[in-house]
Amino acid sequence: MADGAARPLLDVRGLKVGLPTRRGHLPILNGVDLHVKEGEVLGVVGESGAGKSITGLAVIGLLEPPARIDGGEVWFDGARIDGLSGDALRRIRGARIGVIFQDPLTSLNPLYTIGRQLTETIRTHMDLGADAAEKRAVELLDEVGIPAAASRLGAYPHEFSGGMRQRVVIALALCAHPRLIIADEPTTALDVSIQAQIIGVLKRLCREHGTAVMLITHDMGVIAETADRVAVMYAGRVIEDGTVAEVVRNASHPYSHGLMGSIPTIGERVGRLPQIRGAMPRVGAVPEGCAFAPRCPEVRDLCRAERPVMMGGKTTSAACWQYSPRWADSAGAAGAEAVADG
Amino acid sequence: MAETPLLEIEDLAVHFRLPVPLAERAMGRKPKVLKAVDGVSFAIGKGVTLAVVGESGCGKSTVARLIAGLYRPTRGRVAIDGHDVTAARDRTRALRRRLTMIFQDPQASLNPRWRVRDIIAEPIKAFGIAGDGQETGRRVDGLLEQVGLAAADGEKYPHEFSGGQRQRISIARALASQPDLILCDEPTSALDVSVQAQILNLMRDLQDDLGLTYLFISHDLAVVNHMSDRIAVMYLGRFVEVADAAALFAAPQHPYTRLLLETIPDLGMTGRDREAVAGEVPSPIDPPGGCAFHPRCPHANERCRTERPELRTAAGSAAVACHAAEEGRLPPAPAGGAADG
Repeated sequence: MADGAARPLLDVRGLKVGLPTRRGHLPILNGVDLHVKEGEVLGVVGESGAGKSITGLAVIGLLEPPARIDGGEVWFDGARIDGLSGDALRRIRGARIGVIFQDPLTSLNPLYTIGRQLTETIRTHMDLGADAAEKRAVELLDEVGIPAAASRLGAYPHEFSGGMRQRVVIALALCAHPRLIIADEPTTALDVSIQAQIIGVLKRLCREHGTAVMLITHDMGVIAETADRVAVMYAGRVIEDGTVAEVVRNASHPYSHGLMGSIPTIGERVGRLPQIRGAMPRVGAVPEGCAFAPRCPEVRDLCRAERPVMMGGKTTSAACWQYSPRWADSAGAAGAEAVADG
Repeated sequence: MAETPLLEIEDLAVHFRLPVPLAERAMGRKPKVLKAVDGVSFAIGKGVTLAVVGESGCGKSTVARLIAGLYRPTRGRVAIDGHDVTAARDRTRALRRRLTMIFQDPQASLNPRWRVRDIIAEPIKAFGIAGDGQETGRRVDGLLEQVGLAAADGEKYPHEFSGGQRQRISIARALASQPDLILCDEPTSALDVSVQAQILNLMRDLQDDLGLTYLFISHDLAVVNHMSDRIAVMYLGRFVEVADAAALFAAPQHPYTRLLLETIPDLGMTGRDREAVAGEVPSPIDPPGGCAFHPRCPHANERCRTERPELRTAAGSAAVACHAAEEGRLPPAPAGGAADG
């Protein structure tokens, strides 16, 4: 999409998040680099514990203390937003960055009607009178596909089904025309047939409004259908970044490649699923060098000694030594040590 | 299949009565009934995997629990190897041993205060499979190795393992009583995809080695496609389509099966838009009359609204509960699954 744009809308550089504990400092994010361009849908994928949700929370300043940003920069719309005060961030959140969380029940207040929650949010971020705000609320509900929107303003969240609630949450996130929406597992709590509806709504609205989306999910199927570009996260870093078609079909990083291969698909039936040995290292136990080295079929000594930075891979960028000129010089591979997987 | 199927269920149903508030009870209001499972029948031969798929609330887990004897059916019959085991009290030790279960969440189904060794040894002791303590120990070691863990892991507690390893422990426990049939209720839904692949591969290897029969409950059609020989699609407590896996994906008959297949996000769908299907699963407390799917079905007519369709044998191995399919009103099946480009 918006290729011409000079500076990305959201630019995260070397973001580090840590958690101070009694037993020392636990690094959760170890230098995340990613960007979202104007009007683009960036999918952020990874397995649980890879740091994708924490990245989203850090960007919008919603990290639960004592977790905190240890380093790196977050730029949004040309201005640096990490380290802003709570007040300043609150003005950006909602108005210019909308947020959608996994569970619509926890992001809606059960004691207020949908109409009140919508008009309140609209009037907080936009200079509108009560009547105009209500009119806007009805328009929004209509846009996200809630039937008989005007008559539903007086309803409470529990009167809606899960899919309808998530539509309301999307309406809330969109109400002030944000430039960017951060959606953290927006369809994970929903059944597949409802999931398809919600993805459809999100995709259509963002296209119509030119809103960029950072879509965080573990579901590669959702990413494949929705995203323009994908950032794959592993052990607190982005290890591959490329167009969705390339990452899904022709991933450069051995981890993304293994991940895509291990997903059963409807189209084909295979005898055995290709599997990646072992499991992702726990927070605080990430090995030196490449975090994927202990599980990697291509591992060499270089991988264990030094952490690779992002470099041009086959078609995407990947943090893998294979794409470095030093790969050829590195000593012939010794196989990965045996890992009890799980 | 001339021989007796390993597991056979006939017209199995369970209806739950919902509590009525006191005030309403005083006014003589009858309790509402939730028909979680309302008349399902199937048979599984030895060494076969039958999958039951459907969205949340369709009753698929309840089917597994009925077979396991965790609920008492309202009507219907469950038979293992020809022995009627509908009521839990009819189950002799010898029959109970032959059927075990793997649950979705290994965190919740493993006792956190027991060592893994004791968790796995419990069925061996309960069914008197090993002669003495030493043999029990040897069997536990063997089971741990069979599921890809080390014998030394037996000394640890469940919290010391990752989610995938814990599910391996659940599988080892399920295998401990040397069962023929394992009921798997969403065994990989709580796992990450790369770990899911490891567990699915392990389950298939064990099936090949031990001749196990699986009843595989899942909401994930891609996983089901990978694992099963035969698939039953469930909607609001009833089967709407039962067919061999290949046939179901190649030529889905029931409109609900088609909807499910069309709506799954798939890796092959990059850059394509899809037609989202309107509507949601209605409440099972007051399901629509006639065919329960008619409010969402594009092919519904008057008959569908009034008369409930029964499962009827359709083309080949498939059975479909759909008036439109029976009358030939359905358009030909869309090309199976998503064509991977």
